[in-house]
Parts: sequence; C-alpha cells; structure tokens
Amino acid sequence: MSALDERGAGLPGASPPAVRMVGISKRFPGVVANDDVSFEAASGEVHALLGENGAGKTTLSNILTGLYRPDDGLIELYGEPVHFHSPRDALDAGICMVHQHFRLVEPFSVAENVVLGDHRGEGQRFFVHPPAIERRVLELSKRYRLAVRPRARIWQLSVGEQQRVEILKALYRDARILIMDEPTAVLTPQEADDLFQTLRAMAEEGKTVIFISHKLHEVKAVADRVTVLRGGRTIATVGATEATARSLASLMVGREIQESRRVARERMLSDLRHLEVHALAVKGDLGGAAVNDVSFEIREGEIVAIAGVAGNGQRELAEGICGLRDVSAGEVRVGGRRLASGDARDAIRAGIAFVPEDRLGTGLVPSLSVTNNVALKGYRRYPYSRGPLLALRRMREVAIGLIKRYDVRTPGPETPVRNLSGGNLQKLVLGREFHSDPLVLVVAQPTRGLDVGAIETVHAYLRDAASKGMAILLVSEDLDEIRALADRILVMYEGEFVGELDGESADVEELGYLMAGGNREASAAQ
Amino acid sequence: MRLERRLEQPWWLAIAVPLGSVAVALAIMAVVLAATGHDPGHTYRQVIVAGFTGHSSLSFTLTSATPILFTGLAAAVAFRMQLFNIGAEGQLYLGAIGGSWIALQLGDHGAGSTFVYVVAMCIAAGVLGALWALIPGVLRAYAHTNEIITSLMLNYVAAYLLTYLIFDSSSYWRDISSLQARAFPQGKPMPDASNWPTFGTSIVVPLGFLIGVAAAAVVWVLYSRTRFGFEVSVIADSPRAARSAGMRTRRKILAVMALSGAIAGLGGASQIGDFTHTLDGSPNGLQAAAFGYTGIVVAALARYNPFAVCGVAVLLGGLENAGYTLQGVDFPSGLVGVMQGIILFCALGGEVLSRYRLRIGTRPRTPAGAAPEAA
Repeated sequence: MSALDERGAGLPGASPPAVRMVGISKRFPGVVANDDVSFEAASGEVHALLGENGAGKTTLSNILTGLYRPDDGLIELYGEPVHFHSPRDALDAGICMVHQHFRLVEPFSVAENVVLGDHRGEGQRFFVHPPAIERRVLELSKRYRLAVRPRARIWQLSVGEQQRVEILKALYRDARILIMDEPTAVLTPQEADDLFQTLRAMAEEGKTVIFISHKLHEVKAVADRVTVLRGGRTIATVGATEATARSLASLMVGREIQESRRVARERMLSDLRHLEVHALAVKGDLGGAAVNDVSFEIREGEIVAIAGVAGNGQRELAEGICGLRDVSAGEVRVGGRRLASGDARDAIRAGIAFVPEDRLGTGLVPSLSVTNNVALKGYRRYPYSRGPLLALRRMREVAIGLIKRYDVRTPGPETPVRNLSGGNLQKLVLGREFHSDPLVLVVAQPTRGLDVGAIETVHAYLRDAASKGMAILLVSEDLDEIRALADRILVMYEGEFVGELDGESADVEELGYLMAGGNREASAAQ
Repeated sequence: MRLERRLEQPWWLAIAVPLGSVAVALAIMAVVLAATGHDPGHTYRQVIVAGFTGHSSLSFTLTSATPILFTGLAAAVAFRMQLFNIGAEGQLYLGAIGGSWIALQLGDHGAGSTFVYVVAMCIAAGVLGALWALIPGVLRAYAHTNEIITSLMLNYVAAYLLTYLIFDSSSYWRDISSLQARAFPQGKPMPDASNWPTFGTSIVVPLGFLIGVAAAAVVWVLYSRTRFGFEVSVIADSPRAARSAGMRTRRKILAVMALSGAIAGLGGASQIGDFTHTLDGSPNGLQAAAFGYTGIVVAALARYNPFAVCGVAVLLGGLENAGYTLQGVDFPSGLVGVMQGIILFCALGGEVLSRYRLRIGTRPRTPAGAAPEAA
C-alpha cells in the first residue's frame, strides 16, 4: 500500500495543468449533457470525476477524447489550446481512454491488440513484427505490474486481464493522460486494489489519470482530487483526503444520504418453500456446463442473493430457473410444482417473475408503448385480453395505475419506452412483475447503471415485495447491494456454490475472497 | 442550422412527408421533361387524366392496382415482424396454379355457380401460396436460414414450375384441344362460370380488388387488436423480450409466413379469375409483370400499414396505367420508367428524412418525450 500513501507528490504547481477544460457545453436532442462544465487535472495526479448516472461524466470524457465536439468551450493541454476533430487527434495528443466496454478484438493476441490502430513505429509497418511488440508489452507489464501474457488471445482472458490489456494499449502509445471509465465495475475487490496500485504508479511518473466513478470509497482510495458533476454541471473540486464519503455523496446527489444502505426489515419465519432448486445443471452458450449441481431453496418472504464475479454461471442459473435456457439435469419447483425445462411460459404460469439484467431489450420492448410493455407478460390472460382479442382500454388502465403506483416518470402511457431513463425503465419492469403477483421474483443486476436515488427506490420496492411474502432471488455483482438486501448470500464460483453467508453479518473481505475462488484455491493447495 | 433525430413523429408528418416527396419528384421530373423537349404541365395533366380522372381510366388503374395490392399486403404482413418474405412473386404464381387447377376441376364436374368458383379458387390459391411460403418459413424457424435468400430463390423455382406446367405436353393445365394450341403452348381456358364478377359501370371494380381491401381490413384488425398482432410486434422489435415473455416465436414465424404466402396466393387467384382466365406460363405472361417485387415497394411506401397499402397500390397502379397511355412515338417508354423511378426514389427518401428534423438556432427545444437523464 506504499504507493497509495504517497499521494499528493504531484499536486498542481506552477506549471500549467495537463488538462484544462473551460465552459464546456454539449447538447443532444432533448437533453443538455454538459452545461458550462469546467475541469482541470494536473500532471502526476489521479483525478476522479464523480457523479450519478447522467451527470455528464461520460460526455465530458468523450469530448476530451475527441469523440464528440463541444458546442461551446475551450480545451487546453499543458497550456496549449487544442481542437480535436477526431479521436485520432486526441490519441496523437497523448489522451487514451479505457472504456467500460472494452474495445478489443477477441480472436487477436494481446500484442496484436496493443499495436492495433497505432500508426507510429511498429504499428505503422505493413508486416507487424510480433517479437518486438511482445518485448515492449512485457516490459510495460512488468513496470506497471500488469500481469498478462502477450501471446494470449483476448477471448482466453478474464475481464480483469482484458482491462489490463486496455491499459497496456494506452501505455504503449505513451499516453500522458489516461481516462478510466468506471473501471472497477467488472473487478473483484482484490483486482480493484491491484488496479489502484497501477494507477498510482502511473501518476507518480507524471502521467494524469482521470478516474470516472460513482463509488465513493474507490474515489477516496485512489484519487488526489475529486471533481463532482451533477446534472451536467461542475459542482465542486475537492481534495480526496479532506473529503469524507458523506460530504462527497451529498455533493453528488445534492442531499444527505445515510451511510449504510441496509434497512432493518422484519424477517418472516415461514416454512413455505416458494422456490426449490435441486441438483440443477445448466449449459452455457458454448455448450460447456455453466451451472453444475446447484441446490438451494428460498422461503416465503426471503431474499437470497447470488454473489459472484461475472461469468461464473449466475446468469445461466437465473435463465435456467426462468425457463429461458434448457436445464440439462436436476429440477426447479415453484410452490411445489415442477417446471418444464426451457419453457418460459410454464415458468410464468407457475408464478416466476423475472427482472432481467438487460432491461431494454429483454425486460421491455424498446419501440412499444408503456401500455404494451405493461401487458408484455400478461397479455394472454384477463384483464389484458379476452379470447384472441386484446382489451386495449383495460391495458391502458392497468398501465396508468402502475405508472402512478410505482412513480414511473413518463410523458404518458403511449410513449415508447426507449424514451424513458434507466431508473424509470426499472420501476416499470418491477411494477409489471409485482402486478402479476408472483411467488418467486428473480432479479438480475437490478440497479446496474442506475443513480443513487433510483437505487434506493428499487431497493425499497424489493424489500416491500419480500415483506409481502415474495421469495426473491437476487443475482448481483454489487456487493453493497447484496449486503443491503440479502437475508442469505450464496457465493458462486465456476458454476458451483462455494460458500453461504448470513446477509446481515457478511464481511466484504470474506465475500471477495470467496468470489475470487479463494476457498477452492485453498482446498486445492492442500 | 443542423439536422437532428426526431424523438417522436408528430401525426401530420405522415401526411406531409408523402405529399412533399411527390411534389419534389414532380419538380425534378419537370426538369427532365423540359430537357427532353416535353412540356411538363401538359405531361402531368396527361398522367392525371390517363391514370385517374379520364373516362374509364380508374377502371384500368384498379386492374393494375389489384395484384400489387395483394403482394404489397403480403410483404407488409411479413415485414411487420421483421420477416423479410421476398417470395410474394413465387407465392402468387402458386396461387395462380392452385386457383386455375380448382377452377378447371370444377369445370370438369359441371359446377355452375360463380360463388362456388370464387370460394374454391381463393381457398386453393391461399393454401398453395401458404405452403410455398412455409418452405422458407420452416427453414427459418428450425434451421435459422436467412428467409430473404430462400424466399427469393424459390421465386425462380416457382417461375420454372409455372412455365413447365404450360410447356409440358402432358400437363393438366395445358390446352391441347386445337392444332394451334398444340403448336404454341398455352393454358386451358377456364370455364365461363369461373370468371369473377365486377362491380360498377362507370368505374369497373374487379372483385379481386374488393377481396384485397377486405384482406387489408382483416390484417389491420389482426395486427392492432389481437394477441397474435401483439406477439408479432413484440417479436419484431425484440425477440429476446418475446422469449422471456413466453411467446412461441417459431410458431409465429410459421403463421406469419403462411399468412403472407396465402395473401400473395389470393393475388394469383385474382389474376386468373378477374383478368387472364387462363394460366399464362410463358415468360412474357404472369412472370413479366413482377407483381411480387412491386409489392415490396408498395409495402415500404405504405410503411407496412395495411390501409395505406390499398392507397399506394391504387397510386402506383395509376402511374403504371398512365405510363401505357403516355408512351408513344415522341414519348419513349424509358422516360416513363424514369418518371416512376423518380417518384419512388423521392417517396423513399422522404420516409427516411421524416425521422429527422431541421433545427434552426442554437438552443435545443426539449420535447415532452425526452428523458432528461438519457444522456
């Protein structure tokens, strides 16, 4: 942790700041994404951009990387005004960005990806000479402790390793300014710590790291200074050590929020087992076993969370239970009734409601109206239809009722849902699923991409549903969320459960250890 | 001043854009006409008279409009579910084959009532068209093949089949009653009772056109008022959402393809019953008109709306009809093609442009539908 403690070594001095953006405005049809934003980052610092979703962080960084051109405003690098006409201009100026969704070519090797698109030196040659690139990649990966084999193909790598490749790409191009867009969203706590070490090391060499996040503890852990955006405007720039998590949060959301999100909830003591999963095995997309011999049950009014790093079988488990994926062995029972394998209609009939990770596209149909989306799952039955005919007026009435009850902000029930924001989409999906009065609710990443206010609302809805007796299976990669909601936590690793923890007393370190397969590695070593 | 995407389309746009597109097309065409030494005003008057307002011109227009009304409807039905059935052409041939077969069969058995003929021909044509469309449908649903390619290729198969049925000397459809018919292959004439009735005196409306309009009404109800239509619109936009809602996507693919093929097949029966009264298998006959492909244009211009398909079919039918009248010694048929092409081009271009709007000034208006957080 020594690197983390030497923060402040490169704080702004007399030299001009590495990045200075003044009065930046950017408008899109129907929305002002950046409104007179000013931002400054010095050489040798990790500067966090903090804000809720839609605060304008991504737009600002897209302007800095030349992806968008600002409507108004001025950008200076090291005191010189610049005008970027394309992302290449920004790259040439030494600005690199690591996007949330990696821009890597899966069948290519690490070295090939690193040199891809680089039009200087090695990348400029018609015939690429891999050994030279590999040597340089190895050297960089040693220097910044970014362990990755240069010859490995991207598809063979874990998400954490792929992120390292993205950073190597930037280092290979001698980037002076590196933008990281919510880099920890896909990492385990241990991987995140390693990443922070790397970022600090880069800052010590005089590089500028702009770290986009909406997680307070990360910002506190890694940044020198923090600029807070809210509603497309700059709210404040503060030193990370002076600021407290609470003060940053209130700057970010514009109001005080409580420190811990866990809300005491009376736990039902029921013997009614709404969901029983016995020796379930589900195949993954590539045909291999994604879920292997998994058994558990959820009682009436209980929230059980599945924790795990993405890609360890949680998605396949949820889809297997909801009938969206064939079950290769074992069984799923809802209210005692055995479900047919891979039959979503049967699952719905038996009383399973599903809130998918992908709200717009799986949970909702983007171009259809709010009304039609409300009827999406119930359209076969009363009150939405009678015989083959739809009851359009009743569909509309139910939709208006749900809009009111779950506070869905929409211009009207006829608006296509693609015009709604993420939080409102999720409220709509939840409202629809609650309305069908299910026994079991399966929710996947219910608050991914939502802002703090919407997260609280969604959590409140889920708690409320549980207190009414619904059995809830929560699949989430957000440990804060799991700890805020779950009664029991099942940790999944490589398709199997590797541990069960009590939701109230679970320790984050322990969870992270289990999620990273700690248990398994330890027992293998013995 | 800049171009930006519309978040929502106001209702008046649906009327203003096609009208504007036609106006632009006429303006461009006026330049072409003037450059080739024709008086644009005179030519346009001729088009309107020959296509729509002249004596009995509307009757001819409806004759041209009837087959493309069916094929346009067939395309619209499938395209609404993002199922690109390009095979209306072949499905129409199969409809004609089925319709003529049943008519000849009934004739041999001495059935006399025209009503019986109409019903039997529609059923036979619909069933055969549907079966033909189900070939790409089944392939798509169970083998994930691309229905654009399979349905298109089957058009050629259908065309050869049609030709074969008239050129094969043992064919049931071929007329071998006279010496001349033996030398020049042609289809058997249909029994007189199988000629479909027409309605009206000053404007002659063929029964096929009325059946087409009725089919459009049925399709409209089916797609906007029933569970079936609801499923189609969900599957069209998001197959994953359809799956998670428990919809049977495969069955819907089969049903929609069958429906599309059946409608195209009806168009084939209408050709036999309303107009040709014989199965015309020569490459210059039914195949030369390319009704199936024109139907795709009709569907696109109508934005897949079944009622608009009726209107567009009449419009294009009128244009087609006017083309016949216009062409002559000093007006080459190529120029007629240019005119039709420019109108289509502008109409399709206007359709794309209607999704955008021109903004003047720098401050954006925030439409009611915009979600402020949606950056």
